[in-house]
Order: sequence, then C-alpha cells, then structure tokens
Amino acid sequence: MSGRTVTRLLAVALVAALAAWGGVASAQTVRAVMHAEVKFLDPHSTTADITQVHGYMVYDTLFSLDAKGQPQPQMVDTFQISPDKLTYAFTLRDGLKWHDGKPVRAADAVASIKRWAVKDAAGQKVMARAASLDATGEKTFVLKLKEPYGLTIRALAKEYSYVPFIIPERQAVQDASKPFEGEIVGSGPFMFAQKEWVPGAKTVYLKFADYVPRKEPASFYAGGKKANVDRVEFVVIPDQSTAVAALEKGEVDYVQRPHMDQWPLLRKNANIAMYRSDVSQMQIHPNHLNPPFDNVKARQALMAMVNQEEYLRAIAGDPENFRICHSMTGCAGWLETDAGADLLKKQDFEKAKQLMAEAGYKGEKIVVMAPSDFAPINAASLTTAAMLRKIGVNVDLQVVDWGTLVSRRGVKEPPSKNPGGYHIFHTFSGAAAVKDPWGHANISTACDKAWFGWPCSPRATKALNDLGQLAPGTDAFKKGLTEYHSALMENVTYVPLGEFFQMSAYRKDRLSGIPETPHTVFWNLVKK
Amino acid sequence: MLIYTIKRVLAALPVLGIVVVFVFLLVRLAPGDPATILAGDYATPENIQKIRTGLGLDRPIHVQFAIYTGNLLRGDLGKSLHSQMPVGQLILQRIEPTVALALSTLAFAVLLAIPLGILAAWKAGSLLDRAVMVFAVGGFSIPIFWLGFLLIYVFSIRLDLLPVQGYVSFREGLLPFVKHLILPTVALGMVYMALLARITRATVLEVLQSDYIRTAFAKGVPSRGVLFRHALKNAAVPVVTTIGVGFALLIGGVVITESVFALPGLGRLTVDAILQRDYSIIQGITLIFAFSYALVNLVVDLSYSLFDPRIRY
Repeated sequence: MSGRTVTRLLAVALVAALAAWGGVASAQTVRAVMHAEVKFLDPHSTTADITQVHGYMVYDTLFSLDAKGQPQPQMVDTFQISPDKLTYAFTLRDGLKWHDGKPVRAADAVASIKRWAVKDAAGQKVMARAASLDATGEKTFVLKLKEPYGLTIRALAKEYSYVPFIIPERQAVQDASKPFEGEIVGSGPFMFAQKEWVPGAKTVYLKFADYVPRKEPASFYAGGKKANVDRVEFVVIPDQSTAVAALEKGEVDYVQRPHMDQWPLLRKNANIAMYRSDVSQMQIHPNHLNPPFDNVKARQALMAMVNQEEYLRAIAGDPENFRICHSMTGCAGWLETDAGADLLKKQDFEKAKQLMAEAGYKGEKIVVMAPSDFAPINAASLTTAAMLRKIGVNVDLQVVDWGTLVSRRGVKEPPSKNPGGYHIFHTFSGAAAVKDPWGHANISTACDKAWFGWPCSPRATKALNDLGQLAPGTDAFKKGLTEYHSALMENVTYVPLGEFFQMSAYRKDRLSGIPETPHTVFWNLVKK
Repeated sequence: MLIYTIKRVLAALPVLGIVVVFVFLLVRLAPGDPATILAGDYATPENIQKIRTGLGLDRPIHVQFAIYTGNLLRGDLGKSLHSQMPVGQLILQRIEPTVALALSTLAFAVLLAIPLGILAAWKAGSLLDRAVMVFAVGGFSIPIFWLGFLLIYVFSIRLDLLPVQGYVSFREGLLPFVKHLILPTVALGMVYMALLARITRATVLEVLQSDYIRTAFAKGVPSRGVLFRHALKNAAVPVVTTIGVGFALLIGGVVITESVFALPGLGRLTVDAILQRDYSIIQGITLIFAFSYALVNLVVDLSYSLFDPRIRY
C-alpha cells in the first residue's frame, strides 16, 4: 500500500468520522421549560394544561380550530351533515397511523369520543343528544342525533379543558374515571419516549417519521402539522430564576410563561424574544350557597367594590401586561359584550356597603382563601381582602397552598359548620375557555351541577342553550348574547376582574416559527 | 459487634413502623385531596368524585391502611396516584442525583471543615482562628437558596464557567458530572461545613487542654505528634457524631438545593409529591429517608470503636 493510498484512506476515514459527528450534532433537539411538568399521560384524565400540551404532541384530533376560531378537519378527510341536521357522517383521511405502525380506525375515533364525553361538558352536551355513534367501516363512522345541535363540530374541535384527542380503542374503552393503562401510543407528529421519561425531571418526544401532515398551511391548531425537529425535551426547572438563567445561557431554548418579575430581564437580552402566548381572565368566585353571598345583593356588592385596574396592576404590573375587560365571555373575541355590566364599570364603595347591608350582612367573618404559592391568584385574593375591608367586611384571610384551595373549594357547607368551608376563592381561565361558555365549567349556572360556588340562574342557562342554536354574527345571535350576558351579570355568577397576558420566551437565535397557540405545540417550528 | 448490629437493626424496625403509621395518617389528615388536583382546574365536582372512587380514596381510612401495609410487607411501595408509575421505580430513578449530591457535600464539608477546625483550635485566638469562626458564622447565616442564586450569577452567567442547572450522570462522562455538581455542592456544603468546623474547633480545643496532652508536651513529644497521635483520635468521636446528626440537616438542605439547581433528585420528588398530595410517593420517600437516617447513625455508632479503643460492642 503506497503512502498516497494510506493518505486517501485516512482522508476518507476522517470525512466519515466528521459526517458521523455531524450526524449526531445535527439531530435537532429543542429543550423547553414548560409552566408545569407532565404528570398525567392520559389526555382524558385531567384538564391540566400541560397534559393537553402532551396530548397535542402525541395525539391528533378529528377537528381543530383555525386562527379565525373556525373548526377545520384534521384527522377527518370529509364529513357530511344531513339536511335535517340529525346525521353526521365522517371519513378519516388516508395515511393515519399509530406510532406502533397500525392504522388508525374509525372504531378508535368512536371509542375516544365516547370516553372524552364522559367528563367534558361540551362532549356531554353532544352525547346527551346522541341517538347513536357507531363505526360503519374501517375509516367511516356516523353520529346520529335525536335533535339538532349546532355546536357539534365545534365541540369536536375543542382546544382546552378536555380536548377530544383520539386514542387507541383498547385504551378508550377503559374506565374514564381513572387514567388508562398501557403504553402511550398516539398518532400525532411526535412520539412519547416512555423509556426516557423521568417524572419531575424530563419528558422526551421524538419525531414520528410516518406522520402525514395535512396539505393546508398551518393556522392556529389547524392545518399541516410538520415536525421539523427530531427531538423535544421538556426539562423541569422548578425555580423561575434558574429557568430564566438557563435560557440566558442557552442551556434551554424555550421557557413557557415565565413569571412577570422575570420579563424585564428577558427583554434586555438581545438573543431572547417574547410573545403573548395566552390571555387569562381573573375571577372572584363567591360561594352562592351560604350567607351572605346566597343573596344576590351581596354578590352585587362584590361587583361594586371592584376596580379592575387595581386588581390587574397587582396581578400583572404594567398596563402593557393587561387590559380592562367587562365581558365575562372575553374581550377581543366573538362573544365580547358588556351588556348588564354597569355595576362593574365604576367602583362605588358606598353602593357596595349599602348592598351588603341590604343583603343582611351584620359583620360575620368572611373567609377568603389566598394561595400563597400561586402568585397571580394570591395577588387577586389579597386585593379582594383589602377591598372587602374598605366596605366594612370582617375578613378572615386564610393563606393556604393551591393544593389545599382546590380541595376546599368543593366544600358546600359554611365555615361555621365545616372548618374547610369558605366564602370566596379566586381563579383564572384562559382565553379559549372564556370564549366558549358552553364548555367553560367556571361559568356554568346549573345550580347543583354547576362548578364550585354553585351559581344558579335558570335565566342564564336557558339563554345559553338558546344562543347555541343561533348562527354567529346574526342580529338574533347578538340579541341572544345580550340576554345571556345580562343574565350572568344580574346573577353575578362570578366577578370578572379583567384580562392579563401570559408571555413566553425563546432563543430567537435558535428558534423561529413557534405557533402562537395557548398550548405551546412544537410542530412547524424551526431550529436554526 | 455482630450481635450489637443485629440488635440495633431490630430496634430500628419499630421506629420504621411508627413512621409508617404516622406518615400515613399525617398525609390524610392534612388538607388537600389528590383527586381534585389530578382532575385539573376545569373539572366538575362530579368528575372529581369519579376520580376519587377510581383511585380508591373514598374507602374507609382503615381499609386504605390495611391495603397499604399489606403491599408494604410484600415490598410494594405502591403506585404514584398521578403518573401511575411504581413508587420504587420513581425512587430508583431519582436516587442517583441525591446520593451524588449528599456524598459530594459530605466530602467537601469534611475535607475542608475538619482541617479548618483543627487549625483554628491549634492557633486559638489568632487571626486565623477568628477568620475561620467568621466563615463558620457566615456559613450558618447565608440561606442556601440565596447562596445558590449568587453562585449561578457569578460562575454561570458572569464567568460562564459552570452550568446553571441540571444533572449529568457519571455514566455519561466524569467531567460533565463534576461540573454539574460543583455549585450545588458548594451551596449545600457551606452550612454543613460551618457546623463541622465549629464542632471540630471546640472539641480539639477541649482535648488540647487535657492533662494527658500537657504530659505529652512535657515528655518532649513534638507538636505534630501531639496533635495527630494523641489529640485528634480523641476528638474524633464528637465530630463523627455530628456528621451523623448532620445527615438530617443534609436531607433538609437537599430539598432546597435540588429545586434551585433543578437536580432531579429525591428532594424535589418529595416537594412535588407534597404539593400534589401524591400519598404513595410521600409515604415511600419518608420511609426511605427514615431508613437511611437509622442506617447512617448505626454506621456512626459502629465507627466509634475505630477511634476510641475503650468502646467495644
């Protein structure tokens, strides 16, 4: 072997080694710090946002909402609605595969919808009207209704709370009251890497090479979902300061919803971009079952004492981080209205005092729960306590952790009979929920079957049902919306405290094209 | 010694039994319900009740306890209420970073604190002694989380020498393993080092004032010989005891340190489980910590005979 041959062989070996090295290095990985860690893998088991993010990574949906808020087919290829609007016939599109290589069948879709509808409010409304839901072939299934329901397709495109993800039939038939058993096998653009999952530390998703995206351009949750990166890692960094430091140093690429205190630091960094990833509505929820808030005048007093700006400054700081909003069904959306909101628009302590007196309040202790480990809700709770004191209410501010609050808010008895009882708690809802009163549990006025606080307004319940039958944008719809919103305000189902923005941050020198959806999804983004 | 060891192990069993009962009751008496947390914020009361039933949390507490102890006796710590993963597997996944951090902290503290304490005692009243004591007071006074953030700011952000967060297993490379452990070790080790330095100084100082030390000096034994051959061996027992007692301090500190530096260890698993009311994990980890504490103190007790020939088991 001549010296030249040896040199050539060495050169080839070097190139091969470099190529191999480059291969490893080019395996594109996005490392993201999400607002919470993935704990539950069954997307039908909880309404937790992070589980829905996991759902969007691994699973697919029959329909998805586009940027205009309209449902668009996703797994569905075609669908027909009969002229009497009682029969919906669906056909799944070609090329849908589970991550184990088996084809997605109509039976999987049918079983998944039935399981989802056990818990989801929108799903329950569909299934309450359903005469049958059956697979009619490998890729076709039919839903027959007993009466027309105009929100059927919108329900199947729901993008928050319980999202109607399609899971394998073998898991969909399991008891919906507990998480399903078995491996996580979805049909979405990413696969869940079960062996690499370390709860509390790391969740890994790998690109599913056989996923066939839709041909339409991506729009919000709809359109083609293209996995451009090989691997997405959700890294758990519980401390916000550490997460932001890791982003600054480039150890991670993305931080979802960093705390507001960290925003100025992030904005100073030239390599980091921020975007508005969600809008949330803060709410005061009185317990409608117990005095004094069983009397509507006491609930109206809460509205009269509120100045949304004071709350929002406590929650979100600068005015650029929030907006005043007197619409319980959300601002800058298709259901925005301030009908019946006069009491909320102008803070009036004297009026509030008078209303409390008319409600028969005589200085009893009013229990307000404040979760010290949940900053925005804690800020709202402390502001409410201060406002209540200003109108002469004897406030018992009980500082608890969020876990305690969510269990205590289910206690119906008053604090005098049950130490876990309460009068007021606060929470917030995302924009998607607020703009969907048919599926938004917090706004239900169904008395005993309503959400915590148990508001009861037959007028609002009827108005909402009527509104669901009307075509959006028409005069009749606008009139129906006015009636519904006025009924909510009259009942003071809860007190809306305005809307604040949730920002997310990413390394703009590394990532581009992040879909600006409330649940951060990692399809279509590009890693430079 | 074997009989003594067996007796000590048997004596630890009732302690662990009490821990089992106490923790089981404590987590259930504390406010909070795993079903409500698992259900999420938009869940209705009906859904929460369904989940509670599905998890068996609606059963009488004595029935739940009987099931738990029955499983425990078979070596089954149960499943996480949230992730549905076996608690034993979760603990195994998370034990390595905690053990690595505990050992590196122990090594860091012992290797620095004992020489510093000895020097301070040997040069009692000197500038060096005062400097060591100021250092020890500082170590006690600075909160771990504050020191942690300061170290991150200086060594990771400003100087770009060490990673901000995370853990890399030693199996993936010794250098990244060490680099990821340096800052957490220093943050956690300071308080432990302060404690050990003070105890070592006080103990050595007391021994150095003993009659037999004075006798050794009078016999003309060189200073180094007096210190190493006579003084240190006798000062070792209280210091080793402090190392054992300080183990509890270390466990408490691990929880904070792992959160600040995002180390996926048992400390963070504990905090997350408490916040999520994941009963099975809380019970499993508490049992493991109690067992470790009993084991460390047994080892400490057994080690006395190495330092003091008068102690025999």
